Order: sequence, then C-alpha cells, then structure tokens
Amino acid sequence: MYEFEYLRPSTLADAERALRQHAGAKLLAGGQSLIPALKLRLNRVECLVDLSGIIGMNSIERRGSLLAIGAMVTHAEVAESSVVKKAIPGLAQLAADIGDPQVRNCGTIGGSIANNDPSADYPAAVLALGATLKTNKREIAAEDHFKGLFAGLGQDEILTEVLFPIPRCFGYAKFPNPASRFALAGAAVADTGKGVRVAATGAGMNGVFRVRELEAALSSAFRTEGLKKINIDSSNLISDVHGNAEYRAHLIGVMTKRAVDACLAG
Amino acid sequence: MSDTGIGKSVKRTEDIRFITGTGRYTDDINRPGQVWAVFVRSPHAHAKIRNIDIRRASAAPGVVGVFTGKDVGADKIGNLICGWMIHSKDGSPMKAGVHSVLATERVRYVGDHVVVVIAESKNQARDAAELVEVDYEPLPAVVRLADAQTRGQPQLHDEAPNNTVYQWHLGDKAAVDAAFASAAHRTKLEFVNNRLVPNAIEPRAAVAEYDTGTGSYTLYTTSQNPHVTRLVMSAFIGIAPENKLRVIAPDVGGGFGSKIFIYAEEVVCTWAARKVGRPVKWVSDRNESFLADAHGRDHLTIAEAAMDAEGKVLALHVRTKANLGAYLSTFSSAVPTYLYAPLLSGQYDIPAIYCEVDAVYTNTTPVDAYRGAGRPEAAFVIERLVEVAAREMGIDPAEFRMRNFIRKFPHQTPVLFAYDAGNYPACMKLALENADYSGFAARKQASAAKGKLRGIGLSAYIEACGIAPSQAIGQLGAGVGGWESAEIRVNVTGTVEVLTGSHAHGQGHETTFAQVVSERLGIPIEQVTVIHGDTDKVQMGMGTYGSRSGPVGASAIYRAIDKVIVKATKVAARCMEVPDDGVEFADGIFSARGTNRTMKFGEVALQAYVAHKFNPAEIEPGLKESAFFDPPNFTFPSGVHIAEVEIDPETGKTRIERWSAVDDFGNLINPMIVEGQVHGGVAQGVGQAMLENTVYDDNGQLLTASFMDYCLPRASDLPSLNVGMTNTPCPSNPLGVKGCGEAGAIAAPAALINAITNAIGHEDIDMPATPFAVWRAAQQHEKQAAE
Repeated sequence: MYEFEYLRPSTLADAERALRQHAGAKLLAGGQSLIPALKLRLNRVECLVDLSGIIGMNSIERRGSLLAIGAMVTHAEVAESSVVKKAIPGLAQLAADIGDPQVRNCGTIGGSIANNDPSADYPAAVLALGATLKTNKREIAAEDHFKGLFAGLGQDEILTEVLFPIPRCFGYAKFPNPASRFALAGAAVADTGKGVRVAATGAGMNGVFRVRELEAALSSAFRTEGLKKINIDSSNLISDVHGNAEYRAHLIGVMTKRAVDACLAG
Repeated sequence: MSDTGIGKSVKRTEDIRFITGTGRYTDDINRPGQVWAVFVRSPHAHAKIRNIDIRRASAAPGVVGVFTGKDVGADKIGNLICGWMIHSKDGSPMKAGVHSVLATERVRYVGDHVVVVIAESKNQARDAAELVEVDYEPLPAVVRLADAQTRGQPQLHDEAPNNTVYQWHLGDKAAVDAAFASAAHRTKLEFVNNRLVPNAIEPRAAVAEYDTGTGSYTLYTTSQNPHVTRLVMSAFIGIAPENKLRVIAPDVGGGFGSKIFIYAEEVVCTWAARKVGRPVKWVSDRNESFLADAHGRDHLTIAEAAMDAEGKVLALHVRTKANLGAYLSTFSSAVPTYLYAPLLSGQYDIPAIYCEVDAVYTNTTPVDAYRGAGRPEAAFVIERLVEVAAREMGIDPAEFRMRNFIRKFPHQTPVLFAYDAGNYPACMKLALENADYSGFAARKQASAAKGKLRGIGLSAYIEACGIAPSQAIGQLGAGVGGWESAEIRVNVTGTVEVLTGSHAHGQGHETTFAQVVSERLGIPIEQVTVIHGDTDKVQMGMGTYGSRSGPVGASAIYRAIDKVIVKATKVAARCMEVPDDGVEFADGIFSARGTNRTMKFGEVALQAYVAHKFNPAEIEPGLKESAFFDPPNFTFPSGVHIAEVEIDPETGKTRIERWSAVDDFGNLINPMIVEGQVHGGVAQGVGQAMLENTVYDDNGQLLTASFMDYCLPRASDLPSLNVGMTNTPCPSNPLGVKGCGEAGAIAAPAALINAITNAIGHEDIDMPATPFAVWRAAQQHEKQAAE
C-alpha cells in the first residue's frame, strides 16, 4: 500500500464534506475490491473516506411495491434478511452466493454497485429488476448507471440506497470462473409484470448489459423451451484465458435457462 | 510393541503448533536492527539493460543501500548453478547460460532479478524500488516451447545455439524401430504436459545476518535442504566458507520442490547483510512467487506405442521437448531426463523403449522439479498411451494393463531401472473392486438419462523414489550424493534427540521419525524430539525431495539406532555383569539371559553417562551414534488410481464423482499420514489436469500471475477419496518403505484425463481440461456425431 489519509465520518454531511475537501478521496464501502487493489499497489488514493460509521445507510425495508436496501447493507445481511427473502427471494440467494463468508460479511451492496465490476453479481440484479439508485444528489435509473466499466457515480456522489421494484419473480444463475469464482457469465431474469428483463454479467466487454434477444423470447412466453435455439450476439463479449466470447454467449443462454428455472421453482 | 511405534496412525505432534499459530516460519524471525530488501524485477521478457540509475532510489527516505549486479560482481560473488550435468547424444556437455544473481547486461524473463533496494521498512524499500530507473532496450522474446528451436527465433544465451540446452536420449532405437516394423497395432498421441506454478502456502523468504565478531553469516531461509544451500552458497557462489555460514530452515510451509533450489534472493540478502552491516530480510509476495519461484513440468511430447495382435506392448518411442525457461535452475536438467525417461516403462514388461528429449531455453520463468518431477510427465505418457491403445484395440483398459504387467522381480527395464519388488495385479484387482468398476456401465446410463456424460479412467503409475544410491546418480551426472544422515543423541535421562538431514515442510517427520525411535527403543514418542533444518546443529544432510525422507532419511535413523542398541547392550552387559552376548533387548528392556536381571533403556542411558560400571578403555562414555545411509537402489512405489467423472455438456463443468486409489508404498510408518500424502498429491494432480492454467502472452507476460486467474484446487473440487493400500515391502532399506509424497500427483492427471476422454468419446483434449476446454471438446464430439 501507499500511504493515505483515513477518515471515518459519522454522518452523510461529514462524508460529503470530506469528499469536497480532499480532491483525491475515495469512498470505502466494505473494501472487498478496493483494499486488495491498494495492497497490490494497483490503486493509489490520497484519502479513504470509510462509510461504515454512518448511521442510516444499513436498513432493509419494504416500501409498498419497492424493496429498499441501504447502500451499506452487507451481502450476508441481504442473504439472511426475512424481508428480502419474502419480497425477492432470488436476490437473497444471489447475495448468499457472492464470494466467501469474509467477503459477504464485509462487502456491501452499495460498494458492489458503485464499483460496477463487470463480473459482479449485484449489477445484473439491479439492471434486470430495473432498480433505482438513490444518491446524496439524485435518483439514477439502473440503465443510466451501468454504462461502461467501473463507470457511474460522480466524484462527490454517495450512493445511499437501492430501490428494487418487486417483480412477479426473479432468478439469477452464474457460472463461476474456476479461479476467482466471479461470474464467467451470469444471468439475472426478472418477470416484472410489464415484460421480462434479462441482464448478463461477467461476459460483456462493457460490463453488465441487457440481453434483448432473450427478453423478447421470454416476454412472449416465460418458459425455458426454445431458449437453447436463440443465438446470442458474441461480438461484444470477453475472450480471455477462461473462455472465449462464443463460450460466454453460450453460457448466457444456459444461465438464463437456469435463472428461469429458479424463477419458476420459486 | 509400543502404541506410538511403526505402523500406528499417531496424530501429528507438530500440528498443535501449526494450527494454533505458534509455528516459527522465516517471516516470524526478526533480528535486532533488521532492514528490508525488495527486488527490482524485469518487466520485460527479454531486454538489454542500457543503464541503471539508482540515484533517486538511494536518496529516498529510509534507504540504506541500493545494489546492482556490478556491486555483487565487485565482491566476487559467483553465479547461480545447475548441479546436474547432462550430456547430449553427441557426447557434448549441456549448454548452460550464465545466471547472475543480479542481471547486468540482459534480462531474460518477466521477474528476472536486477536490483536490490534495502531500507528501514518494507514499504520504504518498495517506494524506493519504484524510483530505480532501469533503461531497457526491449528485445524480441521467444515464449512458446514449440518455437524455441526454430531458426530465426530470438536467442537467449550465446552459449546455447538454437536455444538448445541439450539433445539427450535413452534406450535402444534400433530395437524400437524393429519392433514397430513388426507391430500389429500402433497408437500415437501428442500431448502437452502443462506448466505449473508451485504456490506453496508460505512464500519464499530469507533473513540474513553477519557477525563481525566471528566473521560468520547466518541465513534463515525457506529451504527443503539447508545443507545443500550452504554447500552451493559456499563452494560455488563464494559467499563464505561452509564453516562460516550457518543456514537455518525453520518451519517451512510447503515446498513441493520449489524450495529445493538455490535462488538469487537468499544469496543477495546474505551478501548484503555484510555490505550494509545490518540483518537483511526479504519476504516474497504472492505475485513475486508466481514470477520468480521455479515452475514445474512444461513438456510437449509425441509418443507412440507398438502392440502385437493380443495387445502386448512391444515398444515405445517417445519424443519430448522440455521447456527449462530462461536459465537453468539448480536441478532442472535432471528432471526431463533421468527423472523422466527411465519411468516410461511404467508397470509393464516392455522389451524396447527409446526416448529423445530436447531441453530448451525460452523467455519464461525457469522450470525445475515440482512434486513428482519428471515422473508425473512419464506416467502421463505411458498411462495415456496404454489407455488409448486399449480403446483402439477394443480391449478393456484394465485387462490391457493386466496383460502387460511385470510379474517377476527383480525386473530390468530397457531404460536403466531394475525394479526390486511389486505386485501390480494385486493393486489393480483391489482398485477395480473399490471403484465398483463392473457397475460403471449402469452409472453411465443413469448419468445419460440426466443429460450428463460419465467417464471412467485408470492410471497404473510407477515412480522411482529416494534419489539415491549415490554411485548410480553420480554416473548419471548428479553433482552431489544421494545418501542421508542421522544422529541419535540419547540424553542422560533416557530421552532422545534425533538429528536428521531430512527436512520437514509439511510431511510430518517430527511424528513419523519419532515413531521409528519409539518402536526400536521402546520409549513413548513424547520422549523423542526430532531436530532438523539447522546446519549448526545437524551434520551434513541432503534434505527432502523425491519422496526420500522415509526410504533414505528414516533408514539412516534406523541404522543409527542399531548402533545405539549395540553400545547400550554392552553397557547393560557390564552393569548386569554378564557377557555382551548374554543380553537381549526388546520393548525397551535389556534382559540378562538366564537371570532375572533386567534394565530399562533409561537406566542404561544413565549408566552410559555416569560411566561407573565399565572401563573407558573398552567402552567410551556417552550414548550418541550417527549413520549415513546410502541405499543400494531407488525404491519403486506403484499403484492404481481410478477416477470417475460426470460432465455437464452444457457448461463443460466436470465433477469428480468417485476416486479409488490403491497404492503400494511397502511398509507404512504412519498410515494416517500416508493417506494424507495421497490426498494432497491427488489434489495437486487434479489441479494440473483440470484447473491450473499457466498462460503467457506472446510478449512473455504471465497472464495468470494471481489467484484471480490461476486456479488451485479447492476442497469443493475434490470428491471423498477412497484410499486403499497393498504392502509389498521394499528390499532396499531396513524399514521396507518406499516413499509416498509424490504418488498422488503422479497418478492423478492420467486417471482424470482418461476419465474425461472416456466421457466425451474422443482423445482430443489437453491439460488443463478446464470447463471451457471440456465444453469445446464435447461440442466437437456432438458436431462430429451429428455429421
């Protein structure tokens, strides 16, 4: 690690102030990506503003047709929450399958979404469910947030809450990279009541994306039959040592089928 | 017979400290006034060094020294060596390029050591290392093994034209050619034996200090053989004479071969300790381990077998290219030659074998011994060949092997070795039974009904362990002996210290060696302490590798105990006032025959030291003996492993459903520890066969240099292993043991690939059979079937 200043504000206002005062500041929201990168000297920060001391960013509640999850809620808390399990059981399952127990006990939903790693699990759920991201400044539709790798929030913007519209059903399936266990390809499927949305993670060169070919098929009939025949465009998919674009395109289809199965079973 | 003697599954006494965090590893050692070393490494696979500017780094906070190869050279520090001479077929000696401890003119792989920066703290050393300015002129690199000898490729060392280290061969080519000409069936395969990164859980580390008062150095280091480290650093590199250099390898967290070798870092730290006048510490980080620890395997092989009409193997022809990386590591030259080709006969009576090996340089991390070292590569060749030959000839692969097994011992193979003992059919029969081989067809059907592909694969491996006798390995080019030493110090009160030249880095020697003493002297293991890994305490020893600690190391202990018993018997005879031959020793009790007089072992030890009852002109006081054991032959453990897999053709995911291993390690000192060694070996073999993928890009950058991309086996990748044993005692050592540390890693890859190819219905898949590779192979099979 390089040396940096560490701040742990206890209010959102203090956090905003810290961001304004330190031009090179970065937010720490669990640190499951940032801390390893700092340790490897792959990333350098002037100042870390740790959000873990802020009260009011870690609640989970049902608000009418929405499920509201505070940005600092850990993956383990989502996985175990009876509110989540009742509203969107597939989301609790997704959280339960992230990383390992240490990651799930430290990593947060806000950290994952703000970091927008192209292989992370939450972004697929946020996009498939059409969630809204609430920050200290504005509300952002999922589509507008996931536009490219690790892109998203402004320098002085703090994600505070994620609002998930509760779907008819939601399912997520991933094929893990054998080494890292991040998704080599993952698919989130939501039957929203106003059409089916499918989002793929781990596979796209520009991060998480909606798979229109599959959405069209599933919107006309929500079933797994026929999905195998749908060709998924592999031109913007990743090719690396773990699999080429063609393999990932194929896996998106297979994972979508499994996510639909999970939907129908749940 | 003692409860803690030979053959008992005594719990590992050392584990208490390992699992409660009270072990003492090199990184736990901190010396007063210590400073930290960080190495500046080449970011290029191949480059000329135009200039090195250390001015900014030297002025950075906390820096106490920045040194280049010129500084080391000015103190006449020698180059790293390769200690096993191989001669090419034309009789010429191998072509070894210069391997400096810090590169001065050229770098030859990403991670090559160029500058050392020493500072008060590790972070300060890292910060300063980033300020060292090395002006590189990048050169074209040769990265692929297949390309290395091609005309027009970049050349690594002036000494080695066409990047060729040697062109070696073994066996009778004319006999093989004749057999092929008359063969009823031939089976030919080409395969990759994939490069592996060892990844011991404890990264390499060194703490070195210089005592100006005595003019001597102490080096704490992560070594499997501290005496050999001292020898090489003294005799070849010239750090200090052996008597002025103490090397300590304290608790070491895994080696798998990668800690046998003498690397640049410990040499530089030891030299620098005197230079800066402070103890110098270096601890590798994981990324550095990936780049700078010697890798394993990396062969390309074309192999062909000739059979008669009944499936009897008549001859083998094997042609291998071995990648040794950018420099010759300490024992690298021996691995694809004498540790490889002599094993190609496997468990089979094959009249003629011819093997050619070209070893080459490439701009990649040096390659050396890794768990099994040459023997897994050989087992993969022969066990893939016989499996495929059986399939092609329509003979059951188990039956095919049975027809070819060696049944009479000793057996002289056509490739050097004389196998001393074994019972291969017994192993096979038990393995088939444990695997429920006959029930496989039904299980395959059940998998097919679920849309899954099921396969079964066998591997009947053999290995040669011990890396001794000395005379034999000397004739083959080894620069050192292959014996092991032991000393038994009986204390006045009858407790025992065992000083062994073997070194434990996970094997459990502190338990098993104590069991040998417990058995022989009839005392509980609590009264026995095993001491190893310190050249000031232990006399010259050869260390641990090649599954040699049991057959050679423990046998030396056995022989030293023989001497202790002889002397103690004399002392007891004097005390009990009977002739020497009137005393019997059993279960810790000396009895005077024909009387009711007895003495316990502890009482005799006391009498040996107080020396009141005997004439010192006849018997020296004290009770301490040592032995050097040099066996008459290698040992030849063998076994049959059967893997059964189920593949999801939609994703390529392979699940190992069953694993049945039956091994013959001869007598067992501690069956639980032996089983644990099989488990670990199989896990590493499974890693090689389906998970561990070492990938360089065309510029020589290692793409899989972290656990994000390099997949080590996890518990969830493995099934519950069914481990069985047959026990044919080894005639070449007093314990009748054969060695067990490498067996799993040798057996597993062929078993697994045989199972996967059986499932997908064709032979066209290389290791590692990752999900992606298996999916592609399964697709190819589907397409072919559709056409």
